Amino acid sequence: MAQNKVDINLLREIADLEGTPKGAYNIRKNGQLVSRGINANIDIVTKDDKPGIDIIIKDGTKNQSVHIPVIITETGLDELVYNDFHIGADCDVVIVAGCGIHNAGDKKSEHSGIHTFYIGENSKVQYVEKHYGEGEGTGEKVMNPRTEVYLEKNASITLDTTQLRGVDSTERYTKIVVKEGAEAIVMEKLLTHDKQKAVSEMDVILAGEGASSRVISRSVAQDDSEQIFYPRMIGDGAGFGHVQCDSILMGKAKIQSIPAIIANHPDAQLVHEAAIGRIAGEQLLKLMTLGLTAEEAEEEILNGFLR
Amino acid sequence: MLELKGLTYQVDNEGGGTTNILNGIDLTVADNKFIVITGPNGGGKTSLAKTIMGLYQPTGGQILWNGTDITNMTITERAKLGISYGFQQPPRFKGMRVRDLLELASGTKLTRDECCSYLNRVGLCAADYVDREMDTSLSGGEVKRIEIATILARPSGLLIFDEPEAGIDLWSFAKLTETFRLIHGRRENTIIVISHQERIIDLADEIVMVSDGKVVRHGPKEELMIHILAETGNGCDFLRGATCHDQDKEG
Ligand SMILES: Nc1ncnc2c1ncn2[C@@H]1O[C@H](COP(=O)(O)OP(=O)(O)OP(=O)(O)O)[C@@H](O)[C@H]1O
Ligand SMILES: [Mg+2]
Repeated sequence: MAQNKVDINLLREIADLEGTPKGAYNIRKNGQLVSRGINANIDIVTKDDKPGIDIIIKDGTKNQSVHIPVIITETGLDELVYNDFHIGADCDVVIVAGCGIHNAGDKKSEHSGIHTFYIGENSKVQYVEKHYGEGEGTGEKVMNPRTEVYLEKNASITLDTTQLRGVDSTERYTKIVVKEGAEAIVMEKLLTHDKQKAVSEMDVILAGEGASSRVISRSVAQDDSEQIFYPRMIGDGAGFGHVQCDSILMGKAKIQSIPAIIANHPDAQLVHEAAIGRIAGEQLLKLMTLGLTAEEAEEEILNGFLR
Repeated sequence: MLELKGLTYQVDNEGGGTTNILNGIDLTVADNKFIVITGPNGGGKTSLAKTIMGLYQPTGGQILWNGTDITNMTITERAKLGISYGFQQPPRFKGMRVRDLLELASGTKLTRDECCSYLNRVGLCAADYVDREMDTSLSGGEVKRIEIATILARPSGLLIFDEPEAGIDLWSFAKLTETFRLIHGRRENTIIVISHQERIIDLADEIVMVSDGKVVRHGPKEELMIHILAETGNGCDFLRGATCHDQDKEG
């Protein structure tokens, strides 16, 4: 893989990658495939009808990983990519996605990834996604991810998404259908600053008996940034759903949290908790009595909150 | 040595006037002494401790620590001079772990064993707590004991504890008094404990009684106990009464 410093940094930020990843991988840069690795259990095929790839994971694949990072270093690039994951039954895999944009120019760079997961019975998937932006240019860095997950009986997924700094505008949509006995855990971490905007909309559908889901969203909005959350937990079956949204406001930022819990089944059990507020003065004071400056105290509180 | 000279603290009240919280506190605490500050609820004990730590800025008077005038120093500067204060009602932190707080307090990375040893000193079964979040999942007594542990982790010459016994079970309390006894036995730091507990008062070299924002009595423990017992009527009604009241308050 020919890589320069910018590429190496982006890959490290979004995928903790140093060099070639273990397991299967597909690295995309500026709209082009850079490198790909497959094995006996995991196949990756380029789509022929639209941009994107199919990732096919055989039944019973355990303790394997797939890395599919995307990096953009060209100003003015705008791409829409479809990635479909076909995961068999009885698997246990880790999927690391992520997008890093380095925009040194004055034109908008945009990546929209549409990820669809079909997860077979009894399979366990951990999905980790980081979005990151940097670059000295004035061009906007935009990411609009759309994630759909279909969990078969007793399957489970942990969606761990992080966007800390650097992305000017993001509109995220997530839809998860949880069949009987299946479980979906969503952990969303977001930090916006300056004039950034972020919208996250989510539908979790508890479709069968014993389906369960927990959504944990933690966000920090600084400066003049704006965030809007629409998490919706829909109990179509006798499942259990819990939504927890916590946000810290700083500067003149604005946050809206518009959650919904919707029970369409008499035995659905749905809980929602949400809180928005500034860092509590007592917390800052406490850390200052341990010898931290006000700025250091604030940083520690944010680091802990977004861990 | 800690010297408080004519310390006053006033706050603006709703009527547009001012309320005196501290009314000219004069107090000298010699090095490596164990002092208990006691007195009626609302007497000004916490306000006094917060003023020493810099959480409250006094309206008048002076605070000297080892000869240095710290009256106008920031909280951070005082902390760096080795002054520590364990809050009466410690805040919780979402996401921060017990370990993180202990490390911030000690100023270094800590091994698991080191974290455990601080937690053990306040009667916490450490292994279960090191990686727990400092959020609302911890009980009041647990938060309070972790707060004390962070103060123990700090290298400090002046340790101030604000009602460390509040909300703590009997077993942990026994462990805590033992810890205070051990620290004081080394005579390496000055300890000020705000307390209503006889067993903590029993450890003290001196007792300071604060009421209405003033030091109303200050002297060796033996001498002061006689006064306190006399003033609080039959036996130790005051001590018992105050303790019950506080436990109600802390839940
Ligand atoms: N920031 C403040 N603003 C207004 N009043 C205050 C403030 N801080 C303390 N007070 C008042 O000053 C008085 C002393 O309070 P303080 O908390 O110091 O008492 P205390 O002796 O610690 O009581 P306790 O035994 O109940 O802990 C109380 O009447 C309290 O209401
Ligand atoms: Mg008090």
